[in-house]
Amino acid sequence: MTDSELLQYTRDTGDFSRMLSSIPYADFIGLECDRFGDDLIFRLPKKEQNLGNPILPAIHGGVIGGFMELSAAIYLMMSQETPRMPRIVDFSLDYLRAGLNRETYAECHLTRQGNRVANVMVTAWQKSRAQPIATARAHFLIEG
Amino acid sequence: MNDTIRRNRVTRFIGTLNQAQELRLSVEDAREGQLVLCLPYSDQIIGNPETGVIHGGAITTLMDTASGSVILCALDEFELCPTLDLRVDYMRPAEPRKPVFARAETYKITRNIIFTRCEAFQENGETIANCVGTFMRIGQEATPKSYRDLITGGEE
Repeated sequence: MTDSELLQYTRDTGDFSRMLSSIPYADFIGLECDRFGDDLIFRLPKKEQNLGNPILPAIHGGVIGGFMELSAAIYLMMSQETPRMPRIVDFSLDYLRAGLNRETYAECHLTRQGNRVANVMVTAWQKSRAQPIATARAHFLIEG
Repeated sequence: MNDTIRRNRVTRFIGTLNQAQELRLSVEDAREGQLVLCLPYSDQIIGNPETGVIHGGAITTLMDTASGSVILCALDEFELCPTLDLRVDYMRPAEPRKPVFARAETYKITRNIIFTRCEAFQENGETIANCVGTFMRIGQEATPKSYRDLITGGEE
């Protein structure tokens, strides 16, 4: 499958497995994605290799960042015409609570879409959406 | 405290972080308030299969780890400091099949907060990404003594 066929297949079926298995980093951290109607929920299942702080224990802050960053890029790709992976410009991350050793979720919102740059907000949570463990903003360059 | 002690502390510390081990991060250089870590290239962390460029998330983890660990090079006593926020600016994609280094420093330490900055670069010296972070000091006592002893080793 070409990239655009893969993107079309993912859009048509809501089956993200083929797209995700084409991105090694997604597999490295274990990222998964589910579609509910038009909404996408990204999931990071519990995984020992993703831990940082061994005392709590808690997920490595960088993994939480990487999970949110990749979620934002896939979300953007799904809402765009181009099958290319968008290029990240900057990423600003607030850690709000410790990300404990359990399944983590993320959802994204397109805050602003310009001709060249898109701004995406990401929220990550574990037990309750009302208690996010981290929020992030990212700018992406859209290559036409 | 000398640079050997600093290097040993950081090496033991990142040895306890599963994800840092998974990425095979290593200490390149440690001195007072400064630290260089190395992220070797691996096919596992590619973000864009077309180009072989590693994903920004791996760079974020490298920089978060370097920024969090440089605190060990700045404080005499080991304190585990959680990250409050991290801002990463990506200058250019990392060249495939080459390691990425992160040079971090603490540039302001207060009673409650530690401010860090970090630069990710490759052998040719060009900057891949810049990062600033803030870390909160929750005090030595917040970390179990057994863990503190593990990091400081039998040196003192």
